[in-house]
Amino acid sequence: MAEAHPVGFQWVMEAKRRGAKVFHVDPRFTRTSALADTYLPIRAGTDIALLGGVVRYILENELDFREYVLAYTNAATIVSDQFVDTEDGDGIFSGFKPETGTYDQTSWQYAGQENGGGAEDTEEARETAAGLRHESHGSPIPGVVRRDETLQHPNCVYQILKRHYARYTPEMVERVCGIPQEKFLELARAWTENSGRERTGVLIYSVGWTQHSVGVQYIRTGAIIQSLLGNIGRPGGGVLALRGHASIQGSTDIPTLFNLLPGYLPMPHHATHPTFDAWASSIRHPGQKGYWGHARAYCASLLKAYWGDKATPENDFCYGYMPRLTGDHGTYQQVLNMIDGKVKGYFLLGQNPAVGSAHGRAQRLGMANLDWLVVRDLFMIESATFWKNAPEVATGEIVPEQCRTEVFFLPAASHVEKEGTFTQTQRLLQWREKAVEPPGDCRSELWFFYHLGRKLREKLAGSDKPRDRALLDLAWDYPTEGPLAEPSAEAVLREINGFEVATGRPLGGFTEARDDGSTAMGCWIYSGVYADGVNQAARRKPRHEQNWVAGEWGWAWPANRRTLYNRASADREGRPWSERKKYVWWDEEKGEWTGYDVPDFEKTKPPSYRPAPGTSGPEGIAGDDAFVMQGDGKAWLYAPTGVVDGPMPTHYEPAESPLRNPLYRQQANPTRKVYPHPVNSVNPSPPEEHSQVFPYVFTVSRLTEHHTAGGMSRTVPPLAELQPEMFVEVSPELAAEAGLTHLGWAHLVSGRAVIEAKVLVTDRLTPLRVEDRIIHQVWLPYHFGFEGLVTGDSANDLFGITLDPNVLIQESKVGTCDVRPGRRPTGAALRELVEDYRRRAGITPERHAPVVTPADGEGAR
Amino acid sequence: MGIRTFIEGWPVYRQLTGTDPLGRGAAAQSERSAELTARTETADRVARSVCPYCAVGCGQRVYVQDGRVTQIEGDWDSPISRGRLCPKGAASKSLVTSPLRQTKVRYRRPYGTEWEDLDLDVALDMIADRVLAAREQTWEDVDDEGRPLNRTLGISSLGGATLDNEENYLIKKLFTAMGALQIENQARI
Ligand code: SF4
Repeated sequence: MAEAHPVGFQWVMEAKRRGAKVFHVDPRFTRTSALADTYLPIRAGTDIALLGGVVRYILENELDFREYVLAYTNAATIVSDQFVDTEDGDGIFSGFKPETGTYDQTSWQYAGQENGGGAEDTEEARETAAGLRHESHGSPIPGVVRRDETLQHPNCVYQILKRHYARYTPEMVERVCGIPQEKFLELARAWTENSGRERTGVLIYSVGWTQHSVGVQYIRTGAIIQSLLGNIGRPGGGVLALRGHASIQGSTDIPTLFNLLPGYLPMPHHATHPTFDAWASSIRHPGQKGYWGHARAYCASLLKAYWGDKATPENDFCYGYMPRLTGDHGTYQQVLNMIDGKVKGYFLLGQNPAVGSAHGRAQRLGMANLDWLVVRDLFMIESATFWKNAPEVATGEIVPEQCRTEVFFLPAASHVEKEGTFTQTQRLLQWREKAVEPPGDCRSELWFFYHLGRKLREKLAGSDKPRDRALLDLAWDYPTEGPLAEPSAEAVLREINGFEVATGRPLGGFTEARDDGSTAMGCWIYSGVYADGVNQAARRKPRHEQNWVAGEWGWAWPANRRTLYNRASADREGRPWSERKKYVWWDEEKGEWTGYDVPDFEKTKPPSYRPAPGTSGPEGIAGDDAFVMQGDGKAWLYAPTGVVDGPMPTHYEPAESPLRNPLYRQQANPTRKVYPHPVNSVNPSPPEEHSQVFPYVFTVSRLTEHHTAGGMSRTVPPLAELQPEMFVEVSPELAAEAGLTHLGWAHLVSGRAVIEAKVLVTDRLTPLRVEDRIIHQVWLPYHFGFEGLVTGDSANDLFGITLDPNVLIQESKVGTCDVRPGRRPTGAALRELVEDYRRRAGITPERHAPVVTPADGEGAR
Repeated sequence: MGIRTFIEGWPVYRQLTGTDPLGRGAAAQSERSAELTARTETADRVARSVCPYCAVGCGQRVYVQDGRVTQIEGDWDSPISRGRLCPKGAASKSLVTSPLRQTKVRYRRPYGTEWEDLDLDVALDMIADRVLAAREQTWEDVDDEGRPLNRTLGISSLGGATLDNEENYLIKKLFTAMGALQIENQARI
C-alpha cells in the first residue's frame, strides 16, 4: 500500500500513531513492510491457507463477536444435509461435474431450499463471469431459512465452517505458506483482540489479490474473518480493496465489460433471458428480500435511457434490440479469437495490452491479425507500434510488410482537458473541472464516441434493416459546446442519474425508478448524483468544515453512503455497540435512523420491525437484517450460491506451482477457466512430471514511480528517471544457487517466453521453508515495455492464460519459471530457447494440465 | 553589508532566533527566493481536479495561465489526500505537458512500414466505415434455435479504467446499440 497507494497509506500511519498494530503480508519486503509492526513473508498463491488458519483460530477458541455473528451473519442457518465438504471429497465439494469442471449447487443450499431456485447453473455463471454482478447486491436466496441460535446443530453454518477449516492449523499454515507459526499466531492474536463492542480491525488488500485462479475466494476468506469478528459496517472495519486506476471502480459500476450493463445488471443471455420479463425476473428473484426486489424498475429505466421515446412498456422498452451473450466473450477469449482470425476490428481506449495483459506475445500476435485497430492514448504505446517494434518483429514472427492490420492512432485528451467524474476506490465520485482545451487532434472519449455514433447513424439513415434499428432509434442527442463540439459531460451525468420523462426533473435516487416508462435512469446505483439538478460529485466542502466522514466531499454510491451496511454499527436494538465505535444508530424519539453517515437502512424502519411471513423485497427486510442487499439480509460466512467454485474458500495451489497441495488430493482450483489453444500453455505442476524444469516462483507488482503498463509513467521524465530500468529482485541465496550477480543480467524463462532483467540481489526476498524444501521466489515490476523514455522486457510475457472462474480475471500474480544468468538470446534463437524448455517440460499443443487431479497411480483425466 | 546584516542573513541564525525553528519558511529564504512569485499566485484560473493515476483519488488543483497548465498541486481541502500527492500525482503536470504526447492522428496502412498523417475527420469517417463493414461481415441475427442474438463478434474493445464514468456510459451505450458485445476494460485484468 505504501508503494502503490502512497497517499492512502497516510491513514494507516495515522492509525498506527493512535495505537493500531499494522501487519503486512507480502512475498516481498516493501516500503509497507518497513513501516509495519510485523512483516510476514508468504509464498505467493497461498493466502487462503493463511486466512483459513485465522478462521480456524477464531472458531476453535470461540473468539468470534458472538452477538454480531448471531444477529447479522448466517452462522446459525442450517445447510442441506446433502452437502459434502472438501474434507470428505479430497478437495472437491459435492455437486462437481468433471465433464465441465463446474458445480451443481443444489446440495450447497440451505436446508429445505434445495429446489428453491437459489442454485445456479455454474457453467453459464462461469462463462459469463456472473460473480461480478454481486458487486452491488447479494445472490438469490429465498428469504426464509431454518436457524439454530445455539450454533450447535451439526449442519449449521458455524459448525460446517469449523469442520472445513479444522486442518488449517498453525503448523499447516507454516507448511503451506512458509510463515513461521509464531508470526502467524501473533497476527491471529492481534486480529481477534481487535474485535467486539469496543474495537475493530480492518483488512486491506490490493487488487493483485484478484489476479489468481482463486482470487474471489481470497476475498471471501477475508470477508468471513471480518464478519466473524464483527468488522463489517463499522468504523475502522471492513474489507478494503485498493484499486489501481483512477476510475476502475467506475468502469465496473458503469461497465465497459462484456457481461454487465450499468449498475451490475446482467447483459442478456440468449437462452436464459429470451424476454424482458425473463431478464428482469432473473435479477429480481421473486420471493427474495431486499432492494434488488425493484430490479424491474432499474431494467426498464435503463432501456428508457438507451432508447428514449422509442422504448415503451408495449414494446418491452426495446429489449428486443439488446445483443445476447452465448458464453465467454471476455478479453482473453477475444485475443485467442483474434489469433484465429475471427475478430475484424479492435478499439484500445487508454489501455496497453501488449504490456499490461497476461501472455504479451499472444496479445501482440492477436493484434497483428486484425483488419483494423484503433488506439486512443496520450502517448505512442506498445500496442500501437507492435507491427514495427514488438519483440516478435525481432524473432521474425511479425513481418511489417506482411502484417495487414490497419492502425489508427488517435491522440486522447488528458484528465485536465475534459470534465467528468472518476469513481475512486471507496465508491466516491469526484467531478473534475476542465482546465484547458486539448491540443491538436487530441479529443476526449466522450467526443470520439459521441461523434462516431453520430456518423454511424448518418451513414445508416434510411436503412430498413432490422439490425440497424437499435442504432437509429438510440437516444443520442447530447448538447455539444465549445469550438470542438464537445458533448456535455454534465448532460450525460444527468442521464446516468435518471430523470422523470414527462418533466425532465432529475431523480433524487433509485427508489424513484419506475417500471412503467415514466423514468429513465442510466445507472441505478448512481442515482442521486444529480439530485435536485445539482452535480453532487462536484461538491468540495473543505475537510475542516465538516465531520470526519466528510459526506459533503464528492458523492458516494449508493445514496452517498460512505460505509456500506452501516446498520451493523449498531446492535440488534439499534444502539451503538459502544460510545467509541458509534456510527449509525436508531433515534427512538424521532423514530428514525441517524448518525454520522447516511444510514444504510430504511430511515424509519424500527429495529423491532418484523415482516409478515412470506414478505419479499425491501419490506421483507426485518429491523435487524443489516445486510439489506442480501437475499436473507445476512452476511454470508457460507455462500450457498453466487460463488461458482465453492461455498467456502479452500486452499488450492496456483495453476503453476512447484509444490504438491499439502491439504488435498486436488491440486489446483478444479473450476478454473482454462483455454486450450496452441498459443497458450501451463507449466507442469505436481503430481505431473517435469515441474522441476521451472523450479522458481515468480510474482509481479508495482513500483511507486510507475503506473501499470507504463503508458503514463515511462513517458514522463521525472518518473522515468526515478525508475529507469527493468530489474528482478532475487535473494542472496538464490543468486548463489543460480549464479547471478548483483547489477548483472539474468533471464527468466517460462513455457511462453523468455525475458531479461538487471539483477538486484536483496534480502527483501526471503527463501521460504515449505514442507521440507526451500522455495525461492523472485519479484519483477510489470511496467516495462519497448516504447517510452525507459524500456525493458515485459514481465507479463511470462504468464500463460488461466482465469478465476467467478470473474474471469487471469492468474498473473504467480507462476513458475527458470532463472539463468546473463542476457537472453535474440532473434530466432530466442524462440529456440523457449522451445527447448517446452520440450523438456513436455509442453505440447495437445497437452493440457489435468483439471481434476488424479489419485496417485491413476493417469491424468 | 554590515556584520549584523551578515549574521542575520545567515539562515541558521534566523532559524535559531526567529519564528521558524524547523527552517522550512522564512529562515531559509534568500534574497532571491524572497523576490520570486509562485506560479500558483499568478495563475489566471485554478481547476479543481483529481489525480489520473491510482484509485486513491487525491485532489488536485490545476493552475492555468495563458491557456496553459503551469502547475498542479495537491488539494489541501480534500479529506482523502489532505493536499498530498505521491511521485506520480506530483508528476501530473509533466504528464499533461509532456513533449512526447501525441497531438496528431497517425495512420499505418495495411502492410505499411511507416506512420502517415491523416486528418481527424477523415480518420473518424474511415473508422465508421470499418465498423459498419465489420458488423455486416460478422452479424448474427439468431442462434441455431432461432433465438435472437442481434450481435457482432467481429468487433472488440478494451479500455476504460482511466476514463470518466460519462465516457464509459456512452461507450457501452453505443457499442450495445451496434450489437458489439466484446467490450472489456482493465477491471477484467
Ligand atoms: S497522488 Fe498517488 S496516491 Fe494519490 S491518486 Fe495519484 S497516484 Fe494515487
